Amino acid sequence: MQSSEHDSSIGARAPDPQKAGLILDITTTDRWDLVLEQGFSWLLRGFALSIVVVLVWMSWVIFQQARPAIQQFGLKFLWSQDWDVPGLTFGALPYIYGTLVTSAIALILAIPVGIAVALVSSENFLPLWLRSPLGFLVELIAAIPSVIVGLWGIFVLIPFLQPLQQGLYRYLNWLPLFGTEPYGPGMLPAGVILGIMVLPTIAAISRDVLLAVPGELRSASMSLGATRWETIFKLLLPAGASGILGAVMLGLGRALGETMAVTMVIGNSPQISASLLDLGYTIPAVLANEFAEALDNLHIGALMYLALILFAITLLVNIIAVLLVRLMGQQGGISTRVEPTINTGADQPQRLLP
Amino acid sequence: MKFPQTNPPHKPTNPLGAASPAAPIPGLLPALKAKQLSFYYGSQKALEDVSLDIYHGQVTAIIGPSGCGKSTFIKALNRIGELEGKVRVEGAVEFFGQNIYSHRINLNRLRRQIGMVFQKPNPFPMSIYDNVAYGVRIGGRYSRTELDAIVESALSSAALWNEVKDNLHKSALGLSGGQQQRLCIARALAVKPQVLLMDEPASALDPISTMKIEELIHTLSQELTIAIVTHNMQQASRVSHYTAFFSTDEGRIGQMIEFGPTAEIFTAPTHPRTQDYVEGRFG
Amino acid sequence: MTATPTNSDPKSLAAELLHPLPLGRTWFTYGMTAIAFGLTGLALIPLLAILIEILRQGLPHLTPEVFVSLPAPAGVTDVPNGFANAILGTLIMVTIATLLSIPFGVMTGIFLSELGRGAAASGPVQTVASFVRFIATILSGVPSIIAGVFAWGVIVQTMKGFSALAGGFALAIIMLPIVTLTTEEALKLVPDSQRLASAALGANRRQTTFRIAVTSALSGITTGILLAVARAAGETAPLLFTALGSLTWPDGLLKPAPSLSVLIFNYSQSPFVEQTELAWTASAVLVGLVLLTSILSRFFTRRRLKIR
Repeated sequence: MQSSEHDSSIGARAPDPQKAGLILDITTTDRWDLVLEQGFSWLLRGFALSIVVVLVWMSWVIFQQARPAIQQFGLKFLWSQDWDVPGLTFGALPYIYGTLVTSAIALILAIPVGIAVALVSSENFLPLWLRSPLGFLVELIAAIPSVIVGLWGIFVLIPFLQPLQQGLYRYLNWLPLFGTEPYGPGMLPAGVILGIMVLPTIAAISRDVLLAVPGELRSASMSLGATRWETIFKLLLPAGASGILGAVMLGLGRALGETMAVTMVIGNSPQISASLLDLGYTIPAVLANEFAEALDNLHIGALMYLALILFAITLLVNIIAVLLVRLMGQQGGISTRVEPTINTGADQPQRLLP
Repeated sequence: MKFPQTNPPHKPTNPLGAASPAAPIPGLLPALKAKQLSFYYGSQKALEDVSLDIYHGQVTAIIGPSGCGKSTFIKALNRIGELEGKVRVEGAVEFFGQNIYSHRINLNRLRRQIGMVFQKPNPFPMSIYDNVAYGVRIGGRYSRTELDAIVESALSSAALWNEVKDNLHKSALGLSGGQQQRLCIARALAVKPQVLLMDEPASALDPISTMKIEELIHTLSQELTIAIVTHNMQQASRVSHYTAFFSTDEGRIGQMIEFGPTAEIFTAPTHPRTQDYVEGRFG
Repeated sequence: MTATPTNSDPKSLAAELLHPLPLGRTWFTYGMTAIAFGLTGLALIPLLAILIEILRQGLPHLTPEVFVSLPAPAGVTDVPNGFANAILGTLIMVTIATLLSIPFGVMTGIFLSELGRGAAASGPVQTVASFVRFIATILSGVPSIIAGVFAWGVIVQTMKGFSALAGGFALAIIMLPIVTLTTEEALKLVPDSQRLASAALGANRRQTTFRIAVTSALSGITTGILLAVARAAGETAPLLFTALGSLTWPDGLLKPAPSLSVLIFNYSQSPFVEQTELAWTASAVLVGLVLLTSILSRFFTRRRLKIR
């Protein structure tokens, strides 16, 4: 539209639209504008699809690279224990075992602590000005690069845990779990460090989940005479169960794929030992240690096969996690949303517009 | 409020039939003409069979209890409602004779001719000047002096110029609620629309700001066609020439009950439901 | 306990109200509160311990020298020792990753928020959008080492060599979903009433998107990008077999490149004290960079939002 539009006076009174020049142009569409508008829309779609392409491409590349090993070893790879690079015999079991055991330790440690942090930082135990910095501090752990956590693990955590590990061995060595003499590095320290690293994930998402439980439910429970902790155990945690489980699954996904910190404290020994005090190895750790030096196609293939397994497991875990958290969101959505309006962001605009 | 009751310049000669679509008022040109308009959100019918003329150069108030579809109706007049959800429309709305639901319509051009002021003030998070200039800049290139002139005239028309002329480049979000709403009116005026739709423009404001908005509507009615939705009957009687009363039927579907000159709707309504409503027995 | 008094005598009703809860319930409340606070305190210990250790070990050797010198050969103590090359390498690779991931991530975020959300989006686009959002969420959970393996297969293997480009590509894959999802979040915070107001003034989709939505969300989008940069700067695993690392200055995009994180890893288990010292010093620099970026970005967003 041109500036001449502003010359015409507005709203002359006349009974006849023709005479008053009121047959206004509301139909002409600039062809360029249409093209640009369509182009913009398709451009956005193109970019958006790129993210799908990346995931598919990633799966394809890893699968292709793993093929020599898949053809050579087949599914037997999954339960074979040999890892002999010069002899070109490869089996994944010690790595899978180490990955699962360390992740399990991590979850056992991180779930209670994470939920405690989520409760303390979402319920009104503390004044509001203390609550959100608390959540922020715990989330800050996630911002520390894992190689630095690993460095701290080597120089601080392992020496700190060593007396504890020795104590476990001395007094509980009749338990297979603590049946070997501790070296220092091992699966227990790796699990502890993983627990520290997945804690922020579990705490942060559980906190969001708990905050999504409508406040009226709390008041209702309290008004029936329940104490705070009875409300938490009988109402909040069951109401948020699927979301918290989702948080735990996301934490698990993170633990399974965590590389550097584990590599630095687990001892990197491909063996299967019932004892948590023993050395171990994980899939990400062996990728980190051997990939740069792998020359033989079959060795590369075996590493890629491991990567494929890790990729598949973490994808699965993450999909389950996302679905669980989404399920929670939908349940919450039904009970809190009054009507399907456009105000998808409107519950938060006061952050922008006080 | 101070200004006197405005009477419609042209009295209708024919009596209005109860609950029937409004008969045309001779001598007046409809700027917007809703023809048997039905409106659906998804599969939910919100508005049924509304035929109503918004006359050129007049202020038309749309009143009714909440949920009667008056907002839905006004949002159908510049097709902004379809941005809010999946909607389906039956019937037609003519803008000086052109059906705005025709596929040939360029929505951007249409909405420049039919401006809108929303229930809650929604200034953009930018300066006062940029808020007013926003729509103008979208329409084409203007020199700085041209823009300055348009901004000043729009702000003056919205009775805001004197309050903000020294702070034009400060954030619009620092204004009071009433000032923000007048800024939104100025923003709509700056693109020189033929029609201004106002969806409960004063419902979020204090009484003094409300009064200013009402005075502003009164002034603007000299040169603009205005349709205003309000739940406040006094407001409707103060500012409008014509009034349409909307209500719901048993199925919670909105419909128009009665239309006529404001004075008649408030003093001598023909439909019993209108009577109940204006006498405060309902809603 | 029973909420209903056994008889209607007002005296016993008052007694009922004043009577404390049974001991079990009281102790349960106190006990659980103590446990929750204890565990929360426990959660903070690692963070504090790590930060203290970095300050204790890293700061004493943080001299100007480390910012301008190359790493000294192992065991040689009388030459300047530093990691200037690693800082430069990290910057180069993070820059590549940022340049690659921003257009894709921001545009995808815009797609998710402006085309694929809200009731007005058409059915198919909404389906595509929720699928893309799902994939982005899944991708953000893919272990970083897998991104490295992917970059190895795509770039290192085809170009027959480790390179800064491969490292940057791997980091871009890690940044992409973060930038996408935070961009969408930032855009979601822009009230729809402003989009409506823009549309009511005759703006088309491009104009509303860029002049209203993106402008208002710019600080949030920037925060997201900064968080992604901070994450990428600290990544090690995907660089080990893409950029590899080197002890000299970065030499073009197609040659192996050093990085702070790989240097920390390589020196962490070194028998030479000066190398482990250097690892700590590099950690202090890296953590400083990373934490500063994340805290500052949060701080500024919060402040800007408050002012508005």
